[in-house]
Amino acid sequence: MAQIIVVTSGKGGVGKTTSSAAIATGLALKGHKTVVVDFDIGLRNLDLIMGCERRVVYDFVNVINGEANLNQALIKDKRTSNLFVLPASQTRDKDALTKEGVGRVLEELKQEFEYIVCDSPAGIETGAMMALYYADTAIVTTNPEVSSVRDSDRILGMLQSKSKRAEEGLEPVKELLLLTRYSPTRVATGEMLSVADVEEILAIPLLGVIPESQAVLKASNSGVPVIIDQESDAGKAYSDAVARLTGESIEMRFVTEEKKGFLKRIFGS
Amino acid sequence: MQKPSLELKGSSFTLSVLHINDADLDGVARELDDKLAIAPQFFLGAPLVINLSAISNPDYNLAGLKDLLISRQLVIVGITGAPSAIANQAKALGLALIKSGKQSQTQPQLPKTTKIVKQNIRSGQQIYAKNGDLIIIGAVGNGAEVIADGSIHIYGSLRGKAMAGASGDKNAVIIAQNIDAELVSVAGQYWLTENLQAHASIKSGCIRLDGDSLTVEALSL
Ligand SMILES: Nc1ncnc2c1ncn2[C@@H]1O[C@H](COP(=O)(O)OP(=O)(O)OP(=O)(O)O)[C@@H](O)[C@H]1O
Ligand SMILES: [Mg+2]
Repeated sequence: MAQIIVVTSGKGGVGKTTSSAAIATGLALKGHKTVVVDFDIGLRNLDLIMGCERRVVYDFVNVINGEANLNQALIKDKRTSNLFVLPASQTRDKDALTKEGVGRVLEELKQEFEYIVCDSPAGIETGAMMALYYADTAIVTTNPEVSSVRDSDRILGMLQSKSKRAEEGLEPVKELLLLTRYSPTRVATGEMLSVADVEEILAIPLLGVIPESQAVLKASNSGVPVIIDQESDAGKAYSDAVARLTGESIEMRFVTEEKKGFLKRIFGS
Repeated sequence: MQKPSLELKGSSFTLSVLHINDADLDGVARELDDKLAIAPQFFLGAPLVINLSAISNPDYNLAGLKDLLISRQLVIVGITGAPSAIANQAKALGLALIKSGKQSQTQPQLPKTTKIVKQNIRSGQQIYAKNGDLIIIGAVGNGAEVIADGSIHIYGSLRGKAMAGASGDKNAVIIAQNIDAELVSVAGQYWLTENLQAHASIKSGCIRLDGDSLTVEALSL
């Protein structure tokens, strides 16, 4: 049974697109046929991170409007088999997404894919509501700071009241916390909230903790999802999160300060 | 000690009121018989108050009306809304003069209902328990609001706003397992975070009115 996963946050710039790309790629690497859908109409970002921006011909809105069929708009990933991207339009605004149209496209995707990962835009406007409306699972992406946690709480409220599952009284959307841009050092100095603080406030199960990492910027500049870089801490942390998403139980890494070795202490890192 | 043989206590009762709209006794008798024929059980032995506000004639035959009603096995406890001349007649006949609490039609009070919510209340959400208490089994997040006409009980952290006694009940309280609120209020008296900070040592507690100002007391929950 196909699963619709929304990557959402409320607050902007917390790492939704980075996470959508990484998690979709991770699911595909595990052999699951996966599509990642860009709901951030007008901003088009996912295709850059996925490194397929030059291959966009038709987009999500074209499919909704019947100007192209799904197969014309889906972009097959060059590196990872089982992975497809449905890009967003750069020229439309968010009102191009209608509940009916989105529902129709997702229904069609469900026939073909095991996982449908929806990259939500920031905010609580139409675009974000459309991205979460049909979700079975929500990955609530949060940075360890007060305003981000507050916005995530708000989105959790929306999931509980405005999603299709809520409206129809079905089993509630499964909510998972993904804590991104985590820096144990800054937690220790009290500049950031700790994993425990955020878990206490949001009170939903923890899917993963992604450390603040240079590798993320490097990966997005070269159009390769960071999960591909298995040397990097962020890449490993995303792999762990994907494993947990598919039911494995794996201990959290990168949540405490790294003990610097003797050489590192002398020469710096 | 021996029980006193009499005691005076106040109570309120609901009585049916029979409005007499016409001074003509024959007409009243006829219509009353029609009504009794339809629902005899309803009136039988029922205590009645007679409302005479529609009767202006000071020489109205009150004794005649009384006989008419008694002959149909109705129990008259008194009259109301009568001009003073008729009121004097009533005294002579041994009928009480009754003033109704409010002449206007008061809504019957709705029964109190408790609202129980078993989930975290998230930022942007608002829960209102009309006419009763609100019990939250979960946390109330920053930017969330819980409101009750009665008291509010939170089995979790209160980080948002809680307003008890929203329609004026000064006896309402707010009880929370962990008080870390943006605002608390009871019957319109409120405290903001900075007021609560003065009581930061109290984690679990009860917020209530003491006279006109709020107080918070520690509770171990
Ligand atoms: N773990 C991380 N370490 C370092 N930088 C990160 C990390 N995750 C994300 N970033 C950076 O944060 C910025 C925002 O990331 P991203 O675009 O994924 O966020 P978003 O939530 O999709 O933003 P928007 O709300 O605008 O869609 C990017 O510059 C990205 O490189
Ligand atoms: Mg984005």
